[in-house]
Amino acid sequence: MIVAKNITKKFGKLKALDNISVTFSKGECIALLGPNGCGKTTLIKSLLGMVVPDDGTIHFDSEPIAGKWKYRSRIGYMPQIGRYPENMTIAQVIGMMKDIRKENDKNTDEELVKSLGLQNMMQKKMRTLSGGTTQKVSAALAFMFHPDVLILDEPTAGLDPLSSERLKQKIIREKQNGKLVLITSHILSELDDLITEVFYMQEGKLVFHKKLTALKEETGEIKLSKAIAKIMREEMVERY
Amino acid sequence: MKKLLKYVIVDLVQNKIVLIYTALLLVISLSVFNLENNAAKGMLSLLNIILIIVPLICIIFSTIYIYNSAEFIELLVSQPLKRKTIWLSLFSGLSSSLSLAFFIGAGIPVLLYHADATGFMMIATGLFLTIVFVSIAMLAAGLTRDKAKGIGLSILLWLYLSLIFDALVLFLLFQFQDYPLEKVMVIFSFLNPINLGRIQILLQMDISALMGYTGAVFRDFFGNNTGIILSFLGLLIWIIFPLMISLKKFKGKDL
Repeated sequence: MIVAKNITKKFGKLKALDNISVTFSKGECIALLGPNGCGKTTLIKSLLGMVVPDDGTIHFDSEPIAGKWKYRSRIGYMPQIGRYPENMTIAQVIGMMKDIRKENDKNTDEELVKSLGLQNMMQKKMRTLSGGTTQKVSAALAFMFHPDVLILDEPTAGLDPLSSERLKQKIIREKQNGKLVLITSHILSELDDLITEVFYMQEGKLVFHKKLTALKEETGEIKLSKAIAKIMREEMVERY
Repeated sequence: MKKLLKYVIVDLVQNKIVLIYTALLLVISLSVFNLENNAAKGMLSLLNIILIIVPLICIIFSTIYIYNSAEFIELLVSQPLKRKTIWLSLFSGLSSSLSLAFFIGAGIPVLLYHADATGFMMIATGLFLTIVFVSIAMLAAGLTRDKAKGIGLSILLWLYLSLIFDALVLFLLFQFQDYPLEKVMVIFSFLNPINLGRIQILLQMDISALMGYTGAVFRDFFGNNTGIILSFLGLLIWIIFPLMISLKKFKGKDL
């Protein structure tokens, strides 16, 4: 569904993405993993067209995305740090998004608004919200328009355990509906029952992209966290 | 485009600065017309105030507004919207609300006290200058990510266009006074929108004594009517050119 070829992006001297080629297909739930600053968010933003790669092409459903915008109506994006116009209330932000996406109230998926408890604070201004509540708004917006692709950048960071669990259940249900889910997280233990593939990056380079089952078999571990830890340790030994 | 424009304008109207700017213009223009017993003199005083205040407020307010909309822009860019639509909505929102503020603040008093061709010309020039300086502000804000740099750049641009430019022209005139500089001066006058605005109104008022060197040359060169049309064209280019450069910049920007 999403095919990226040889994407390179430099910020000054730093190579945030170094010749990354990858194919993400429908119905998969892919974990983008790697240390801080390895280029996960840059990769996500390139897919969304928020960052323009210096080199390489990205195709969405075999259409190149450069300069295009319509394909974004099929993506739900939850940013790592959601930034919203400060003077608008939650209700206004949601209303504006519906207006922009041209959806009427009947067609939208308001499940997360209810299950995350947002409907009781619709009149609060965005600047008064805590980090966790802002995350909830981002989550609700990402799922609201029945997108075919969900891109979630650290979705559960800052959420309380109950909300985090509800969001996870929602992600699993959407995956079962055959949607493509891209997810980044540093809390590997919560990814175990979510993901089907692992995409591991380091310093802007792709280290491996494997099925979760294959990865577990290779390392002989049952838990994702241990499997990744093992690989990282091996890498360290190889390097030094 | 229309939808986004609606949100930008609602946000701007809630912003009290635009209202204060309207009130300020209203107070200035009413007091100018009431202090002078001759409405034509009032127009001249108002012209000089407009040529300083309108560009200053428009460029600084617009630059700060664009930087403060960073969150809004970031949110919109990840949505199914063209970047062009986002940027042009910001531009049209800013220019329409500041134009409206100018029309209420200065346009209505002018119409009350001096509703003739000169009055209309004054309003048209003010509106053009408003939009020109919004466009220059979009360029200043599009060129740099750093808010302090961007605002500094727009203050410098204003200072250059309203003060330094004239000083430079005078300096050149004195340095090269042995040469025929008429044609060069005409070209120079197109390089500054404030100058164009001034020439436009003075051509209309037909006060050669106040026209300054460039104005006089302008009239000799083009005659009154062609001069006015050409200076409007010049202002139009001053709107389109900075806006297009900033749009191009914004299309390739990483957010």
